[in-house]
Amino acid sequence: MAKNVATASASAPVVADKKRNQWKEVWRRLKQNKMAMLGLGILVFMVIIALSADLLFPKGFDDQMISRRFQLPNSEYWFGTDNLGRGILDRMVHGARVSLSIGLFAVTISIVFGGLLGAMAGFYGGKVDNIIMRSLDVLLAIPSILLAISIVSALGGGLFNVMLAVGISSIPGYARIVRASVITLKGQEFIEAARAIGASDKRIILRHIIPNALAPIIVQGTLGVAGAILSAAGLSFIGLGLAPPNPEWGAMLSGGRQFIRDHWPMTLFPGLAIMITIFALNLLGDGLRDALDPKLRN
Amino acid sequence: MSRKPLLDIKNLNVHYITHEGTTKAINDLNLALYPGETLGLVGETGAGKTTTALSMMQLVPDPPGKIISGEILYHDQDLTKLSEHELRKIRGNQISMIFQDPMTSLNPIMTVGDQIREGILLHQKVDMATATKRASDMLEVVGIPMERYNEYPHQFSGGMKQRVVIAIALSCNPEILIADEPTTALDVTIQAQVLQLMENLKKDFNTSMLMITHDLGVVANVCDHVAIMYAGTVIEHAEKHMLYRTPKHPYTQGLFGSIPNVEENVDRLKPIMGLMPDPTNLPTGCTFHPRCPHAMDICQVEFPRITRLNDEHWVRCHLYSADEEVSHE
Repeated sequence: MAKNVATASASAPVVADKKRNQWKEVWRRLKQNKMAMLGLGILVFMVIIALSADLLFPKGFDDQMISRRFQLPNSEYWFGTDNLGRGILDRMVHGARVSLSIGLFAVTISIVFGGLLGAMAGFYGGKVDNIIMRSLDVLLAIPSILLAISIVSALGGGLFNVMLAVGISSIPGYARIVRASVITLKGQEFIEAARAIGASDKRIILRHIIPNALAPIIVQGTLGVAGAILSAAGLSFIGLGLAPPNPEWGAMLSGGRQFIRDHWPMTLFPGLAIMITIFALNLLGDGLRDALDPKLRN
Repeated sequence: MSRKPLLDIKNLNVHYITHEGTTKAINDLNLALYPGETLGLVGETGAGKTTTALSMMQLVPDPPGKIISGEILYHDQDLTKLSEHELRKIRGNQISMIFQDPMTSLNPIMTVGDQIREGILLHQKVDMATATKRASDMLEVVGIPMERYNEYPHQFSGGMKQRVVIAIALSCNPEILIADEPTTALDVTIQAQVLQLMENLKKDFNTSMLMITHDLGVVANVCDHVAIMYAGTVIEHAEKHMLYRTPKHPYTQGLFGSIPNVEENVDRLKPIMGLMPDPTNLPTGCTFHPRCPHAMDICQVEFPRITRLNDEHWVRCHLYSADEEVSHE
């Protein structure tokens, strides 16, 4: 088809590297948000510490010695020791790897699958909607911790299976959120306009609907990380998650529960770690949502 | 008629079927669009103009919408019988559409350039860089500097957005452009600019256009032929000058009668008495007969056939079918 466009043609340089520009633009806007950068800073710090745990805390997470148990924070054990004489800080740093990856990976699973299922259900409606949402309702009817327990006991323990179990058990929640925003979005005129230029359903869902439905998912996702860490802790607590010597924030928290009256560091520090992580993720999530919304750009 | 229409709608019936009842949106509609010309589709709100446009794109929401019968012929193929896959190749590429409200017909989180590029990428086998370049050229064509390629819809005014929508619609050089009240949402000064732009582009791109409007002024400006719609059917289809000089259907006459005239200082306008019929419960026979000043007995019983007055003018009205029969006998 011959293009009879006879106008200026030196446009290539203007828009050639525009994809990169768009991400640069998001990054620039994110940088302006000080709270978001604080959140990002905390997260990066935690990840770095977790990655270099062996280097910084060579004692490891299972250096037991009953004679030095229940120490309060001191110069050698900054956060004190637990009921088996292991350094709480050492265990937390090693546990950060597990907890952070469980939190992030489990939420990724639930966002991806929940998002796609919810988008399909909302977009097609009718039978598809009924089949998907009723199946998810079955999952929703089972308490999510119970669901995670049954998945782990079916698949066996181990880090990966725990993440999978926690991720799967929160799919229905995300699917519901996405479905609701897709239903409002699909009636909008720009979706019809996309159809009118010949876009396929797949393209409409992936390029037009999901990006517009992203904001509530980001917020829910950042909160979900906390839920995931705690669910994983619940699993460890009943012996279905990671095997005991392996540290994990949730497990440390619930392990310290029985000593909470006599020895506070065992619950305080892991709890703080979880709280600060969630706080940082929330700050980052909020900032990201604003940075991704072109209307709020300044 | 000697010329072959580019798009020919024959006896189209579209119903919206819901639990509350069946809405007969389009009833025995006939419409012909000729190459290179602009056809104005005029009617009141609820006359079925937008449904007609959506039928041409095969985008009538189903459910509840259903094309009951009729043909939409385009290049010897019936659009109502094509598969979704074949339709996607036509939509945006050969037939494209401009929506009524530019405020809502652009994706708020995609840059305008990307939205123009999307259609090009979908229909033309070009790489990203070429598509990007064509998209920015299209921006220039509609009078927006290409530096604004990376901006988002909310950074544009209403008129600018409608230009972007026009650029999207024309980006693949379609044969037919359906404009669904493209200027209704714009203020009057911008309306003129946008109409002028569409008119010029239509000539440059040699596109045929279906202009849906309820504004007879717009019709007088840009259209070559006019089809007047009432209660889901075209009741009069004529060359513009013939229609304005000698409107035949009582409804058309009523429409022109209800335009205020500056030169005659009248106290009251002459409205058409009554209201549009309820599409779930259309009157028998001619759908206009309850409001028609010339209603006859036959009008309550029989849906009027098309009466050809000449090559460029036909009307669905018993007043003239009687004439025709007399003249034939």
